[in-house]
Amino acid sequence: MMGFIFGKLTFAALPHEWYTIGGAYSMVAMGVGVLVVLTYLKRWKWLWRQWLTSTDPKKIGMMYIIVASLMFFRGGLDAGLIWLQQALSAGGSHGFLSADHFQQIFTAHGDIMVFFVTMGFLFGLINLIVPLQIGARDLAFPFLNSLGFWLYVAGAVLINLFFVLGGNFAATGWLAQAPLSELQYSPGVGVDYWIWSLQVSGLGTLLGGINLLVTILKMRAPGMTLMKMPLFVWTSLCSMVLVISVFPILTVTMGLLFLDRFAGFHFFTTGFGGNAMMYTNLIWMWGHPEVYILILPAFGVYSEVVATFSQKRLAGYISMVCATIAITLLALSVWLHHFFTMGAGADVNAFFGMMTMVIAIPTGAQVFNWLFTMYKGRIRFFTPMRWFLGFVSTFTLGGVAGVMMAVPPIDFQVHNSLFLVAHFHTMIIGGALFGIFAGFTYWFPKVMGFRLNERLGRYAFWCWIVGFFTSFVPLYILGFMGATRRLDHYDVSTGWQPLFMVSAAGLVIIACGVALQIAQVIMSIKQRKQNLDTTGDPWNGRTLEWSTASPPPFYNFAIIPKVASRDAFWEMKFSDARASKDKHYEDIVLSKNTAMGIYVAGFVFLVGFALVWHIIWLALVGLFGAIACVIIRTFDEETEYVIPAAEVAKLEAGRNANE
Amino acid sequence: MDLYIYNSLSFWGYFMKSQTQTEKSQHGSVRSYTIGFLLSIILTFAAYIPVVIHQNSYHQTFSHELLIPLVLFFALLQLMVQLIFFLHLAGSGSSARWNLAVFISTVCIVLVIVIGSVWIMSHLNYNMMSGSNMNKYIQNQEGIHK
Amino acid sequence: MNKHDNNDKTIFGFWVYLMTDLVMFAALFAAFAVLRNNTFGGIAIRDIFNPPFVLIETLILLTSSFSIGLTILSAQANKKTQTIFFLLTTFALGVSFLTMELIEFSHLIHDGNSFQRSAFLSSFFTLVGTHGLHITAGLVWMGILIIQVLGRGLTISTVRKLTLLTLFWHFLDIVWIFIFTIVYLFGGIL
Repeated sequence: MMGFIFGKLTFAALPHEWYTIGGAYSMVAMGVGVLVVLTYLKRWKWLWRQWLTSTDPKKIGMMYIIVASLMFFRGGLDAGLIWLQQALSAGGSHGFLSADHFQQIFTAHGDIMVFFVTMGFLFGLINLIVPLQIGARDLAFPFLNSLGFWLYVAGAVLINLFFVLGGNFAATGWLAQAPLSELQYSPGVGVDYWIWSLQVSGLGTLLGGINLLVTILKMRAPGMTLMKMPLFVWTSLCSMVLVISVFPILTVTMGLLFLDRFAGFHFFTTGFGGNAMMYTNLIWMWGHPEVYILILPAFGVYSEVVATFSQKRLAGYISMVCATIAITLLALSVWLHHFFTMGAGADVNAFFGMMTMVIAIPTGAQVFNWLFTMYKGRIRFFTPMRWFLGFVSTFTLGGVAGVMMAVPPIDFQVHNSLFLVAHFHTMIIGGALFGIFAGFTYWFPKVMGFRLNERLGRYAFWCWIVGFFTSFVPLYILGFMGATRRLDHYDVSTGWQPLFMVSAAGLVIIACGVALQIAQVIMSIKQRKQNLDTTGDPWNGRTLEWSTASPPPFYNFAIIPKVASRDAFWEMKFSDARASKDKHYEDIVLSKNTAMGIYVAGFVFLVGFALVWHIIWLALVGLFGAIACVIIRTFDEETEYVIPAAEVAKLEAGRNANE
Repeated sequence: MDLYIYNSLSFWGYFMKSQTQTEKSQHGSVRSYTIGFLLSIILTFAAYIPVVIHQNSYHQTFSHELLIPLVLFFALLQLMVQLIFFLHLAGSGSSARWNLAVFISTVCIVLVIVIGSVWIMSHLNYNMMSGSNMNKYIQNQEGIHK
Repeated sequence: MNKHDNNDKTIFGFWVYLMTDLVMFAALFAAFAVLRNNTFGGIAIRDIFNPPFVLIETLILLTSSFSIGLTILSAQANKKTQTIFFLLTTFALGVSFLTMELIEFSHLIHDGNSFQRSAFLSSFFTLVGTHGLHITAGLVWMGILIIQVLGRGLTISTVRKLTLLTLFWHFLDIVWIFIFTIVYLFGGIL
């Protein structure tokens, strides 16, 4: 009977290790703290109405960034633990983490950073900026946007839930390869939490991908042809094309693993004809395009930043678009380079090795175009530009390492060594994360209405770049010295410990950088009245988002702009198109707020949770609840509201008077 | 079956009059759906019958090398029939063009996934084989049956 | 933003979703292709292939694809009763298809050849079963739409939803062409 009600859930699942107790208490404390603050300030209704149920992509974008930042601290904490353990755990000393715990930490670190931090930040930036850049008021499917965000949150809750219930996360590495992730070798609930947190948030990502693709293709302002779109929109489009192309593969692969674990199927088991190598094949078929999904929008940010801060139009627009498309296509043809050593033979390895080397070419073309944009420009060294320059040096280093590993014989030597770890961290941190920071500092005035403190931003950047090199250059060297990844302990005779300690020192410097970034935001909020962005165009920008006020009105544009060229706003600035007094307003139709996204995501969360613990009745409740909510939603015909033209005129007049 | 033909014939006249040419290409007509339906049935049988003959004759009539491409060919033909007559992907409107573009790119991805997986996995299996399994594999491949 | 634009966006967006579904089926087909010979001493696909049974299933689904085409034509011609008639026909055919599939599955499981028996059977049940799950979802959707059309008539909104369902149903029939060919017919050949 208890088995039926609670599945595998027993009191043993409650926290009893120091870290699960610590983690559970901190999260509960934070949650309670938030509830207390909300109650004290009497902001429940405000939070619900203005934020949680909103379908406005600007609000959803900000919520993505807030959740991604919280997850960043969790992932960063995991990174800190890894650094410390590896610096201390040599010879007689075994550090402070058990082997199993260490394995859970690096697994969680990888998944959180990829799925919840980087993807969260990027979806945030895209939601905030893409509609403004294409002259639209919203995404194509506002309800799906809200639903996608709440599924992301549900996934984030699931990946943290093991602290409170379960005690174990997957100890399999971030991609949970079979057969280690099969029931035989991972009998606990850890891998199931892994599966369901990623399935749930992956579903949100897929819905977001469909939404953004349709938005960019169908909702551009009149006159904005594809070849007049800003580069950030192009790269977001290509990134979403990749999302649509490969996230279903992830869904299938994790689904098959779950069937193996839950229902005794034999896709990847060691017996009964299962083929664990097929798991590796499928998961990397998703996994490689995933890293391009992460990097392409960052490249888009760099294109915007370089043009604005060199005060020159982006060099080679057409070749940039072609390079982006080429990267998108090639991303789908290189996945085997992650398992050259699995033994597919020379023919197969050679093909994928060559394709991997080819993909460096369009990337290089992009870097050259950025440099050409800077050439003979009048460069202004604001924080976003610094992040771009940091990116150029860092990413080039990591990229060269990547091209080396594209050669199978070299890869056989450095596969799964710290050389690999250094490479991909260089790409993700130097490429994607620096791009996120550049985008954040670049668009902050637009979104918030006031500027960021420049000095603290500068210090933060320098801490990050010095800290990054201090941390990861030793790892390249260690890789060549033979250090493999994921080691929780090693022999002193290897001579690795000094380098691990240097790397850990880098951690301290990066932590200073993060602290400075937090300080920057806090200071900027404190000083906001002195730093208001009154023109809407603090950087003398070139693209449409700078034509709106800072922050933009909730309807983005009172009148949808007509676009005649690339760098639409730049053209508008110099052709006096804005000066016309004769404004003809039309009715504006916007999507209403809705709580359905939260409810559906809540039910889906129940499904995931119930399947982790084998509580069948709860899974069915969740499933039918989610379906019922969707059906109820389809009966709702009143999902939009209209702002009459006269009302729009009044709002605009009010805003203009305040400027 | 008779009911359908009767219904479609009697509606055919009505529908023919009430649709413009572009509407027909975008939304189809009873005529186009019926043609698509009949063609699909024919193509289904065209693939089915040779396979059943092959099976009933204990794999003697028609070889693998003939049947596999033949059956695939009919499947692809039926795919095209259904795409054109049921899904209206051959139309000329801008939305039909976009749908077709998205479809073709997805098909390319599907081919990469399926062919890529089979290519890679068969190579992995080949290299994983033990000596006795290798013997069996070669015998199978070369058609050497004891 | 008028209703026609809404239709255009929604239909295109749904088509993009169908493409992601196609990629999902492709991954399942890839798994089947790789694992089809991993029978671990158990039955193989040639033992499962019952030609007349599968032929009838295929013809039923094909006919339902035809009848849903007639449904949408009726809806576009604003003929409500006719629309409901063809939709119910499609529903009945869909239920028959699903029943036959469930019979096939239960026979296999009853004989000890369930998805737990071998990798081949795991992939067979998953590929064919996922298609069946999609059919089930389509039937639920059809039921809801019948209610909505009966209640609200053929509005822009309900006709748009019928269009989406029609796309979905045609898509499932197309996937079935490949299941029929690659799973069953190949099983009879090789």
